[in-house]
Amino acid sequence: MTTYADNDSAIQFDALVLDQHLRVGGKCASLGTMSQAGLPVPPGFAVTTDVFVDAREASGLMAQISEIVAGVDTEDQTALSSAAMQARDLILGWPIATEHERCIRGKYADLCLLSGVEDVPVAVRSSATSEDSPDASFAGEHDTYLWVCGIDEVLEKIRSCWASLFTERAITYRNQMGYDHAEVDMAVAVQKMVRPRAAGVAFTLDPSNGDRSGICIDAAWGFGEGVVSGDVTPDNFLVDKVMWSIGRRTISPKTHAHLLVDATDGAGHPQVARVELPADQVDVPCLTDDEVVAIARLARAAEKHYGCPQDIEWAVDDDLPAGEDVVLLQARPETVWSKKSRSVGQQGDLVSSIVDTLVNPLSARSGTPSA
Amino acid sequence: MADRFPSPFDIETPDGAEGWRDLYSYSSLFGEERRTYEDGGFWFHDGVHWPEALTPWDTTLFEFAIASLSQYNTRHYLIPPAYGVDYRILNGYVYLSPVPAPDEEIEARVPLFMERAGYYFGNWDRLYDDWLVKIRDLVRQLTELDFSALPVMEPMEVITSGAGQGAGNALLSSYHRLLDHALTLWQFHFEFLNLGYAAYLDFFGFCKAAFPSIPDLAVAKMVAGVDVDLFRPDDELKRLARLAVSSGIDDRFSGEVLEIWPRLEADEAGKAWIDEWTVAAEPWFNFSTGSGFYHSDKIWIQNVEVPLGYIADYIVKVKDGKDLDRPVAALHDERDRVVSEYRELLDSDEDREAFDAKLGLSRTVFPYVENHNFYVEHWAHSVIFRKMRDLGGVLEEAGFITDAADVFMFKRSEVSDVLFDLYKGWAVGAPARGPSYWPGEIERRRGIHDALKSWSAPPALGVPPEVVTEPFTVMLWGITSDSVAAWLNAGGEGEEGVLTGFAASPGLVEGPARVISGAEQISEIQEGEILVATLTAPSWAPVFGKIKATVTDVGGMMSHAAIVCREYGLPAVTGTAFGTTTIKTGQMLRVDGNTGKVTILD
Repeated sequence: MTTYADNDSAIQFDALVLDQHLRVGGKCASLGTMSQAGLPVPPGFAVTTDVFVDAREASGLMAQISEIVAGVDTEDQTALSSAAMQARDLILGWPIATEHERCIRGKYADLCLLSGVEDVPVAVRSSATSEDSPDASFAGEHDTYLWVCGIDEVLEKIRSCWASLFTERAITYRNQMGYDHAEVDMAVAVQKMVRPRAAGVAFTLDPSNGDRSGICIDAAWGFGEGVVSGDVTPDNFLVDKVMWSIGRRTISPKTHAHLLVDATDGAGHPQVARVELPADQVDVPCLTDDEVVAIARLARAAEKHYGCPQDIEWAVDDDLPAGEDVVLLQARPETVWSKKSRSVGQQGDLVSSIVDTLVNPLSARSGTPSA
Repeated sequence: MADRFPSPFDIETPDGAEGWRDLYSYSSLFGEERRTYEDGGFWFHDGVHWPEALTPWDTTLFEFAIASLSQYNTRHYLIPPAYGVDYRILNGYVYLSPVPAPDEEIEARVPLFMERAGYYFGNWDRLYDDWLVKIRDLVRQLTELDFSALPVMEPMEVITSGAGQGAGNALLSSYHRLLDHALTLWQFHFEFLNLGYAAYLDFFGFCKAAFPSIPDLAVAKMVAGVDVDLFRPDDELKRLARLAVSSGIDDRFSGEVLEIWPRLEADEAGKAWIDEWTVAAEPWFNFSTGSGFYHSDKIWIQNVEVPLGYIADYIVKVKDGKDLDRPVAALHDERDRVVSEYRELLDSDEDREAFDAKLGLSRTVFPYVENHNFYVEHWAHSVIFRKMRDLGGVLEEAGFITDAADVFMFKRSEVSDVLFDLYKGWAVGAPARGPSYWPGEIERRRGIHDALKSWSAPPALGVPPEVVTEPFTVMLWGITSDSVAAWLNAGGEGEEGVLTGFAASPGLVEGPARVISGAEQISEIQEGEILVATLTAPSWAPVFGKIKATVTDVGGMMSHAAIVCREYGLPAVTGTAFGTTTIKTGQMLRVDGNTGKVTILD
């Protein structure tokens, strides 16, 4: 039995280095890059392709799997479906090497410790490594498992992710492209499920006027769904992205919130529901000033990282220690104001401009003072 | 909310202050003859410079200042929309009223302004260098004025030189020259200031157009200098404290001032320290503990217990290994960071070009804006008040007054008559009337002035303009439409226990309040307290190392409290109007320098 360094098996997102990217797949690499660009994503770790490869080799089943899927008539839906099912069942039985398992157990235990939660719920997702994945949307379909609790279930879902290499569509694709089924591999992302005390969105400009110096934050208690859908009225903050001062704050009556409720769905997952809030939460800000600034800094970091104004989703995770609890859930380019010019477009020499300032002081002084 | 402030004609005379009008010039009083104009105008109390009731002579520098400001707006640079600032004295307190230029004149003033202001902007550095020479020369001339007692007989050399005139003539002339120099001083003061503010406002306006939500503070930070003369006196104290420690004489600074000096003179190390003190003291300890406009303000160099007390405090810190230096390099870096980040956020290269040009001009003019205060209000005023005390000494010796400081109970025009009375009595060899007339009159005036001092001046009188647009009013006094509304609203619908003002220096802290009504109380301030004062003076700098935050009644983004707090990284809320009257020493406060909000927590 080979022994492994920890980093050969599982690597925390915030410790991922560039030369490991090939072994952790696109999704994990992206989470690692974000963590290190000051964009803290919910914490977690990557299970490397080494684990997959070693399990595949140790199982001795790959030749059998290749035979099942390489020869199948992809036009024959029944045969294809049956082949895919057989392949996946075989993969679910692959053994994970002891050293790898020890490492994965350790990383999961660390995550539980960080969160202060036993058997902390995680999302387990496949993280494809190469061009043998047909496309991104395909990858997301069958290989995300939410609310996975406990190391045994985590190990099981890692294999489930591996098995998702052998969906009908993937098999068809590789057969058509002439790729060798025995050459593909798969990494897996294990990431903490966010349990948000508050969540919402942030724009890296002021959407009311396009002011690029402002970061505008909408925030509500619990999950951010209500902010996005508009069925709760969020608190609003405007933060200056150079001075990091909170220039405007509107605390709204927040009568409802999207929260986790005890009831579970058929799969045993906790449910998020829109519930009425107790009176003492309605009129108080759902964020502290420190949290507001931390979210603004996160949004600004995303803007700098992606090089254009961003519209982000964030959460304050109740399980994480203060100071590390603001996490980025999603970032996408802002599209409305980014396309418009906000040039002051002032012409003429300095003294004419001073005359204009003196004669039309109001136009020059709108919005003052800050008091 | 009320729509106007009380009429100046409805303000009552405080008990015991009957006859107060006798203390001030007829021209600076509200009166029936100008009632229509005065009652329809807007008059705000200038507590930034004149927080307390003025004695008769102290109105001199006030009137010279405001008239000179006005003259430059109206007659030199023809600031297109603004004439000068009118002023009145009511119950001893200063009220100001900006006078707009008539609409029909504005257009014609524009090209004149551009030519004149353009000349100054284009030659700023040279003209400012000249200014520094002029102001030092003026201070020298003031220093050379001599006020001494009239001799029993003229010395022989007056005869032999054929001088043809005597000491009485010279005494009268010296007083007139003092007034001439004082007015010149204020002409010099406003030679640059209005233009400096105009350039700053232009940059400010540009920043607000580019970034509507940019904090005022950010604009101030981009322009403000780091090495400012106003910080120099404090820096000198720190230097002297370090020197005391390094030369091993740091144990000699306790107890009475009279004991400290002999202890220092005892050996070479102490003498060397005194030499360094002497170098620092001229001019840097010509530093007022107040705004510099009151004869009663303590000047460090005449009240050495004040700077020595600070030095003793600093010695303790030096020995504790504390770093006394302002973080100059960090402040430079922070200023560069703020500039480059906003600059990068601008929309176009044209905007960046305009930003660079305006910031460049603002930084060209700002050293004057920041430094003039030391030369005029501190240094030159110190000399003027010192000379006036010398004159008071002459009058005291002649029995006209019982204390040299009583000279400030004369109106400035009366002093000429008083001196002539003295001169004539000396010349004739017969009793002057003064000694039998003035002591009683001065006593009456002192009673009136004492009654005025305990009066609380309302922040404004008359009818406020719909919007406050006059740029200098905004810049100099921090008066805006919002602050006017807040005054009108005072005691009304405002949030209970919450005061608002300018977010003048960022940060959020909580701590116990220390309400200070004057410079003489600053020694009461304890480590970790929040300073609450009508305003602060630059010479209070040493206490900023102790406190957690500052709250003032008056002043805006560019007030001393604001500038110093930004230097020290302390939160400040300025211009709250009612801080000292609402907050009590010991109350827990939350000061939010990011939003300009002060909350009384208990």
